[in-house]
Amino acid sequence: MTDNADTRSVIVERDIPFPPEKVWRALTQPQLIADWLMKTDFEPVAGRRFAFHSEWGSVDCEVLTLEPLKSLVYTWNAMGLESVVTWTLTPTGAGTRLRMEQAGFKPEQGPFYTGAMASWPRLLDALAALLARVN
Amino acid sequence: MSDAPDTLFRTLADPTRRAIFERLCREGEQTVGALTTQAGVSQPAVSKHLGVLRQAGLVRDRQEGRQTHYSARVEALAPLADWTNEMAGFWTRRFDQLEDLLKRMDQ
Repeated sequence: MTDNADTRSVIVERDIPFPPEKVWRALTQPQLIADWLMKTDFEPVAGRRFAFHSEWGSVDCEVLTLEPLKSLVYTWNAMGLESVVTWTLTPTGAGTRLRMEQAGFKPEQGPFYTGAMASWPRLLDALAALLARVN
Repeated sequence: MSDAPDTLFRTLADPTRRAIFERLCREGEQTVGALTTQAGVSQPAVSKHLGVLRQAGLVRDRQEGRQTHYSARVEALAPLADWTNEMAGFWTRRFDQLEDLLKRMDQ
């Protein structure tokens, strides 16, 4: 987790014992994405808007850039929280080093600091449901 | 996951309790009686929810004569501003699911 003056980031990185081609498929084919992430109408086309859907809400996204088998970048906007998700695939001897970085909104822009109390209920709803689901 | 956001989520997971908290945030200080009017539950139930909210630090109370007035402590939501903790957990679990899928794709 990094924290600079402007944005915050979440980074998860892992060595996956599968080749980049396979990992790339799992990242870009909607029926596969639905298995591990969320239902989606994702299409691997730069500029294409899409969404992720779950029982607690939707995430609005837009593909920014993609380099097949190497990187995929899209915006991830949910409940007024704006961020950018960057997937990076690096081939290794044993498979693929997969990196996910979600970079985005400053807390000062968040609903708490701007006093937009209307957005908090939905955010809390979604986060509570998310915790219940994954725990 | 750190303790504070977890307590907040648990406390606010109940929709009736959350609605009470939201009302206090939007409308300001109120008595139990006033909160009961739109709560959809009985006054004792509202009191119980307020007790839980107070324990979590989300509301404060103020005695005025025989009436107790409740108000929201918006500052208690501060731990939630650190969204990175929650998302880190989310993505870690997604990676687990992804690895499971990749194994199954082999078969």
